[in-house]
Amino acid sequence: MGYAAGVGKTYQMLEEAQALKARGCDVVIGYFEPHGRKDTIARTEGLEIIPRMKLEYRGTEFEEMNTQAVLARHPQYCAVDEFPHTNVPGCERLKRWEDVQLLLDAGINVLTTMNIQHLESLNDQVWHIAGIRVRETIPDWVVQQADEVVMVDLTPRALLHRLERGVVYGREKAERALQNFFRESTLVALRELALRETAHEVVHRTVDGGPEAEGMEAATRLPRPKILVLVTPDPETAMVIRRARRVGDFLGGECFAVAVDAAGDLSGLSEADRDAVERHLNFARNLHIETRIVEGREVAAALVDFARRNRINQIFLARPPERRRLVPAFSRDLVQQIVNTAKDMQIVIVAPREPVGQG
Amino acid sequence: MPPERGRKSPEQLLREVQAEEAPQSRRHLKIFLGYASGVGKSYRMLDEARRRRERGQDVVVGAMQPNVPPEVEGLLRKLEVIPLKQVGSGTAMDVEAIIQRHPAVCFIDGLAYNNPPGVRHPTRWQDVEELLKVGIKVVGSINIQYVTELAAQVEAITGKRVDQTVPVAFIQSADEIEIVDAAPQEPIERTPEEELNAAIRSQRLSKLRELTLVLAADVVDRQLNQYLENHGVQQAYGTQERILVCITPRANAHEMIETARVFAQRFHAELIVAYVRQAQISAADQAALDEKLAVAREAGARIEILEGEDAVDAILDFAHSAGITQLFIGHSQRSGAWQRVWGNPVDQLLRRSRGMDVRVFPQ
Repeated sequence: MGYAAGVGKTYQMLEEAQALKARGCDVVIGYFEPHGRKDTIARTEGLEIIPRMKLEYRGTEFEEMNTQAVLARHPQYCAVDEFPHTNVPGCERLKRWEDVQLLLDAGINVLTTMNIQHLESLNDQVWHIAGIRVRETIPDWVVQQADEVVMVDLTPRALLHRLERGVVYGREKAERALQNFFRESTLVALRELALRETAHEVVHRTVDGGPEAEGMEAATRLPRPKILVLVTPDPETAMVIRRARRVGDFLGGECFAVAVDAAGDLSGLSEADRDAVERHLNFARNLHIETRIVEGREVAAALVDFARRNRINQIFLARPPERRRLVPAFSRDLVQQIVNTAKDMQIVIVAPREPVGQG
Repeated sequence: MPPERGRKSPEQLLREVQAEEAPQSRRHLKIFLGYASGVGKSYRMLDEARRRRERGQDVVVGAMQPNVPPEVEGLLRKLEVIPLKQVGSGTAMDVEAIIQRHPAVCFIDGLAYNNPPGVRHPTRWQDVEELLKVGIKVVGSINIQYVTELAAQVEAITGKRVDQTVPVAFIQSADEIEIVDAAPQEPIERTPEEELNAAIRSQRLSKLRELTLVLAADVVDRQLNQYLENHGVQQAYGTQERILVCITPRANAHEMIETARVFAQRFHAELIVAYVRQAQISAADQAALDEKLAVAREAGARIEILEGEDAVDAILDFAHSAGITQLFIGHSQRSGAWQRVWGNPVDQLLRRSRGMDVRVFPQ
């Protein structure tokens, strides 16, 4: 786990691959992105590389991991760079993490690399910090499957020096990158996020397995969180789903996502709204959240009723946008209504995180 | 919302000038922080020494650990090493020789050493301060076990007491801190320890890893806030979760505080419990409030007593200036006509808070 290109993830992964090989393990490289970095390329020396698969898409040749070849070779360990990568159209699977899933299912151990900004549940926070909507994301449950998460650290200053010296990208690209994403404060913030996330991943694995050692925190007597997310056509819904998933994971609870419709099948909505709601429900399912469409004319009443029947103890809602004149009155009223109806539950109103402006 | 960039206060301008002038005159300390011996700190640090040397910097090694693995020895052979000096029956870093030699950067493997009697400073980190004072940049390494403030916690985890420690303030004073992380099985295989239940051992190492990562994150958070302040950016990044629990004498505070405690623990968040001082408060209310504040302290919260005629204003002013990301409040107990006319505080907090999630609790 790193926080930016150039911190040395691939290098450290290859170091570990070398160490495994030195110990007598059967190790291959399934995919590796050299980016023209000499030090990194040198670390592949002596390791077997499975040739990539060549594909043509719109007249350009692309190279992807040859998953079938790796499966056929069936090594003990396989190093796969750039976990969040999206495969070029024409590949059997959409995402590289799905290819990795296949290797794992076949009993191959995998070492892989990713940056913190690609973790789905942090998407809004990354937008807040860097002003960038990262499109290539990995659902949190995929990362949670990892047996180990290791932080590859480098100080932002050292990273910026590397950039200036053109180690990371070619010289021309470096200057543009410097002005945008690689601003020092952004890097510092992403790094902090990566440190905290890795700390969480470490504890997460400790809590789950084995006897409790001394020095561990005592458990809580609070009931296990059961979180309900209200799904609406409102684009903020995706953010609420991500937030609920994250809180649920951290607190060890479960999540449900529910849309309310008079007919119970979204037929009461306009086509655009129906598409949006379906997209959000799909998104929730991708994050392993159970979804439901609840029948009801009054959204607040139907939602709270569903919550009580299913012993929900937390409801997550989007906060209505501020520009009041542009917002239909019911949107504000809805939050108010739910807050006033469900006084026996915790109601969480999730605030949007706008990008931090930088001087 | 972009930060206010128009006019800067004199204090802000001063801070900026100071921040820009500082690097030339200021000390420069970089620390490699690891969670156990054997994770590869020495290698990473000396590899940086090698790279700096190859780029033409004047680099020396001021101190090394007694037993180093072969790959570290290989790096050492390419570097200039100033040997430790013999003092009585012990050894210490040769500060005088390093100052005499006056390199641009001095690398020190192992910052947590007590010097033998007869050396000017009792500890090595104080020797480092002296090098920094004369303008030598220092790059050093240390394990989390040797942080003074964490000694008790580490003892609870490892069962071992360490007496050679470095204060956390010294680590926080570093300009740069870098984590050397690795999956726990590696160091276990390298240091043959006494036979311990493997599961407990790996748990202990995980706990040390967690402490290390969080300490580094806290140092980074301070630097980030400093950086933002120096550049006149008033908005928080929210990279560290900060929870503010608002209580009143009659609030059902236990669930709120317990939820906040668990939340803070899992998210490594800062926990603050606040109440707005009321002009007239009955003895019964005061007693109820004191009891809740005791619960809050027990949960590890920092207590803030806010002042202000309007409770909502007081809470929001504080929350926005403290970079709160989670605001915990109780459901309003008022209802009916009063609310329709005046609006309730919950609704106002929802409407006027910025950049924080609001969690409303049953009462």
